[in-house]
Amino acid sequence: MAKDLKSILESIHTHRESLHSVRELLLANALMIGEIPSPTGGEADRITFLSNRYTEDGLQNISIDQAGNGMAILPGKKGKKNILVCAHADTVFNKKVDHAMSVTADGIMGPGIGDNSLGLAAIVTLPEILRRLNINFDDNLILLGCTDSLGRGDLGGIRFFLKNNKLPIRAGISVEGIQLGRLSYAAVGMLRAEITVNVPSGYDWARFGASGAVAILTKVVQRITEIPIPMQPPTQMIFGSINGGTSFSTRPTSANLRFEIRSEKTGMVDELKEKIVDIVEEIGNSSETEITFSSVAERQPGGLEFGHPLVKSMRKILDTLDVKPRVEPSVGELSQLIETGIPSVTLGLTRGHNKNEFNESIDIRPIFGGLAQLIALLQSIDGGFCDE
Amino acid sequence: MSKKIDKWLESNTFHHGEFWDILKLVEEKEKKGLKISLCIPTLNEEKTIGKEIVIFKSELMERYPLIDEFAVIDSGSEDKTLEVASSFGADTYLAADILPEVGDKRGKGENLWKAIYQLKGDIIVYVDADIKNIHPRFVTGIVAPLINNDTIKYCKAFYDRPMAYSTGIRSSGGGRVTEILIRPLFSLFFPELTSLIQPLSGEFAVRRDVLERIPFPIGYGVETAHILDVYQEWGLEAFAQCDLDQRIHRNQSTNALGKMSFGILQTFLNRLKSYGMVDKLPELATFYRQFQAEGNRYEQLTREIVEYERPPMVTIPAYQEKFGIEE
Repeated sequence: MAKDLKSILESIHTHRESLHSVRELLLANALMIGEIPSPTGGEADRITFLSNRYTEDGLQNISIDQAGNGMAILPGKKGKKNILVCAHADTVFNKKVDHAMSVTADGIMGPGIGDNSLGLAAIVTLPEILRRLNINFDDNLILLGCTDSLGRGDLGGIRFFLKNNKLPIRAGISVEGIQLGRLSYAAVGMLRAEITVNVPSGYDWARFGASGAVAILTKVVQRITEIPIPMQPPTQMIFGSINGGTSFSTRPTSANLRFEIRSEKTGMVDELKEKIVDIVEEIGNSSETEITFSSVAERQPGGLEFGHPLVKSMRKILDTLDVKPRVEPSVGELSQLIETGIPSVTLGLTRGHNKNEFNESIDIRPIFGGLAQLIALLQSIDGGFCDE
Repeated sequence: MSKKIDKWLESNTFHHGEFWDILKLVEEKEKKGLKISLCIPTLNEEKTIGKEIVIFKSELMERYPLIDEFAVIDSGSEDKTLEVASSFGADTYLAADILPEVGDKRGKGENLWKAIYQLKGDIIVYVDADIKNIHPRFVTGIVAPLINNDTIKYCKAFYDRPMAYSTGIRSSGGGRVTEILIRPLFSLFFPELTSLIQPLSGEFAVRRDVLERIPFPIGYGVETAHILDVYQEWGLEAFAQCDLDQRIHRNQSTNALGKMSFGILQTFLNRLKSYGMVDKLPELATFYRQFQAEGNRYEQLTREIVEYERPPMVTIPAYQEKFGIEE
């Protein structure tokens, strides 16, 4: 256990240099994980890989739970408290996508490499990294690969784990491959929803003003964008995807919109949801079509204070690494950890590009700083410097 | 013949899944005091070489010390192959710089041959650099039979190339050149060698005492020459083969395969000449030998193909009579 935060911060640069010795181990794990397709709900093969690695490293309590999460414990010297280190195992890519990764001297490219193959690789390589750096903790580390995190998965894996977990968790770290400098310590209020327009079979295409599903859905989008949104606290509306129709001239009978609202203001998401539901009902009635609104996922805002010791430690660690913190609220695993009352942060390991595109890529060089950051944060928690 | 082939298929054909326990292989290797070297011959492979090196180094050197040394031997790449390879700590060599006194010939066979001089292992594993889905099995699958069985001297990889099939049985075979050129030639002249499902695969592991005693064509014929020479000297028993499942790599054009076939045919005919078989051709076999697979079990399919010939029509009496042709 480290004596004080100062000595932890002083060791960061040494650790960053030493971590070059695990480069191939970490990258090989990232490559092999990345080449296992893992769409939300289909993470079993990736979790099996994790589980095999846990076994090879001689970890304890290796298990795959009912939700498919892969867990193991790296026991601490005292083992009285537990620190959770988690990463989501799913990607936005379906199984048919070519998951082959390619490696250059400076980076790795391939679908999902940053989000979140590298994050998972860091978790499975962590026991070996700590062994090589001769770092031992008093606390147990719970290493967790989470399933059903993204989109419709709605954080199913971490929800299940937190609901059924019996171990007292002192603090949580959610590890993302990208971006280095990310510092999330608050959950943002969020609504993830779908609006679907269906033109009924008896629809009178000859009547005045008749239009297809795409045009009606466009009208809905236009009306939503007219809703005033406050600048402060930050509130965002993201129109993620729109689908409908089959050709140039065939009248579309169905169309679908997927969108997300995020707000740091308590109650703002509910307020916007109410307005959108009104718009949907109004346009549905006037157009004589069936328009449905369905909520896919919702989160409540909340989180740690900027001055919380955990957040303060993270800021000092990033400052030592000369990395500017990018404070952004999270809608990922962090929101569940915070809702459960576990002080937690989300961090990123390296720089990345084209997130969630087929040509997603990560830079190799900054990874060592990203890992040094993770180790320093674990030491800080273990040393009791992040407790309130 | 078929019995011998079936027996060999049963005893000397493996699936990489049998060797999942790398730690056990390392223990066996150490018990026998073997050193294993890995050679990756390259020419403009910047897109795939980095991944091969990272994965082999991590899994087969750092995690499990199965490979004692490995080297990239390059024919003079014009892209960043060597830069990428050395950035991940691989030993890289230009084939031209090894044994400079014997000169420099350009071709994959040259790199494989010079690797025998450069590397120190008792077993040398050769793996091509263009594999998109690289995995430790590409080494463990072909080196394990040599570690475990002292009589095996040469182990070839083969890959499942399933064609459309609706039952549990599927056709299995090599690439286009294997099926169109090599398998017919082996069926005619060296039927036992048809047991090798993919004789041209670029992944193989060989004992040094074999490698140092066989000549190396430097071009397309190197794999064919190896197989023929090892067979002549040590027989079918010296071979093994291992199923490595799928291998994803760039596809070659028919034009390129034509050139390859021409090189292989030259090597093959040269071998017939040196074995004294040109003047004394054996009785030509009429059985063509292919494979079918059921799960991980392979068996040969033999089909009798007799190329019966009709005489010139003019020699047929009825024809002569009809057209008033007199002998």
